[in-house]
Amino acid sequence: MKQWLLRAAAVAVGYFLLGLIRVLTGSQARWWGCPPKAEQRIYFANHQSHADLVLIWAALPRELRHSVRAVAARDYWTRSPFRQWLTSAVFNVIYVSRDRAADEDPLEPLIEAMRAGDSLILFPEGTRGFADLPRPFKAGLYNLAIQFPQVELIPAWIANVQRVMPKGEVVPVPVLCSVTFGAPIQVHAGENCHDFLQRAHAALVALRQV
Amino acid sequence: MYQSLKQLPPPQQIGVLFVVVFGLLLLAGLVLFLRSMREFDDPQRAQHHRDDIDNLNRLLKTSWLLIFVFWLAWLAGDVARLVLFALGSFFALREFLTLSPTRHSDHRSLVLAFFVVLPLQYGLVGTAQVNLFTVFIPVYVFVAIPVASALTGDATHFLERNAKLQWGIMVCIYGMSHVPALLLLHFPGYDQRNAFLVLFLVLVVQTCMVTQHLVARRLVQLGKPASLPAISQSFSWRAWGAGMTTGSLLGTLLAGITPFVPGQAFALSFVACAAGSLGHLVMKALKRDRGIPIWRGQGPGVTGAGGMLDRIDALCFAAPVFLHSVRWHFGV
Repeated sequence: MKQWLLRAAAVAVGYFLLGLIRVLTGSQARWWGCPPKAEQRIYFANHQSHADLVLIWAALPRELRHSVRAVAARDYWTRSPFRQWLTSAVFNVIYVSRDRAADEDPLEPLIEAMRAGDSLILFPEGTRGFADLPRPFKAGLYNLAIQFPQVELIPAWIANVQRVMPKGEVVPVPVLCSVTFGAPIQVHAGENCHDFLQRAHAALVALRQV
Repeated sequence: MYQSLKQLPPPQQIGVLFVVVFGLLLLAGLVLFLRSMREFDDPQRAQHHRDDIDNLNRLLKTSWLLIFVFWLAWLAGDVARLVLFALGSFFALREFLTLSPTRHSDHRSLVLAFFVVLPLQYGLVGTAQVNLFTVFIPVYVFVAIPVASALTGDATHFLERNAKLQWGIMVCIYGMSHVPALLLLHFPGYDQRNAFLVLFLVLVVQTCMVTQHLVARRLVQLGKPASLPAISQSFSWRAWGAGMTTGSLLGTLLAGITPFVPGQAFALSFVACAAGSLGHLVMKALKRDRGIPIWRGQGPGVTGAGGMLDRIDALCFAAPVFLHSVRWHFGV
């Protein structure tokens, strides 16, 4: 019974958050460089706010939402039981450790999910940025792309979300936001990590203009 | 037939009117569908024809939506009606502010606008405080918004930021809230029929806008130059005159459903149409200044604006002018 209640609560909270983000931001999806397809993909996006995850989720068609899982930092999102419940039960995220203390591969949970056929939403900056441009990307994106060469990497630019709730404010204001999905990119043969990350960064930033 | 209609109780009269309007829209849809079946040998003309039909279809869809919303508003109770209009204001203001760059320090003022001013204004309409409702935004909010902004201690572009916000509030909240406020006017011998006034205003203004749009489009196709090319590629005084004439004539014909005699109905619809169509022109100037042709443009724009303002801006400008003209002339 308790299990069932928790499950129902998770679904309800999920729909509530989706509705809230729609009312506040419109969460418009602009499929500019690729159509929404149920293929295995890695969406990588700029990260400016906690609402990013819900926003990109709301922008995806409902059919895709079940198979697309976001990646969240374990240390931050498991700190309180509520946060843990929110991320695991409602959004079914994949936790990734940011501290390298453990000698396990931090990408292990992602690789496992990819093997199971899920698509990922990745914020390769690693943390929220408040500057105009996204920070330099971390290497995880490159390593995943090398391991799964057949998977498309889709840049997704999230516009305007920092205006909804600037740092230090608690009440969100309604501002229209959009997620622009760009053309897929892939690692070229023999391309090294640094060059690829630069190219991915440029592909993401270029979506600001379209 | 007119006499038997007159004897119906007011709610049924309103129902009949809605049936007539829905019927006209259906008829227009049917005509458009039949015209879209027409075949052309010349591919260029066929393309032209398709563009025309698409344009008209979009216009028809907007009209359907507007009338449908007003039908819902009439069916729903008083509270639901206010909520519906408040939501309209909310989405319009959301759109307006998306395209006016705001700074971090505007956040408090924005919260104030969306979550305090908007509900309060509609609350005043709901509790029928006519006098307070007409001055709340131009007087009290006019002071409160810049004060809230000054308290954040950020002086950058101070006047621009606050002017934009105040202006957005005036158009999207103040203007829009005057539509449900028409129900607050008490005409002697016109009880329970104020919904007719709302419908009257919407029909007259929308007819004026549609006519103006169609004539302007035709004139552009014929190669006539626009009157104010720096603001709008399509606006011309001839099209405007056509819209004004049609709107005012429709208003005169509809005098039977209002507390006005035909002459008054003509004058009031003329005023409403002038405010609405020129208000629309003002919004066009604003959009042009920001470099966007339409709040949404072809397909979703970068901000994802939904195109709500394009549809209701004429009404937002017409409603306050209409309401205050009526109040002034009839002393109600």
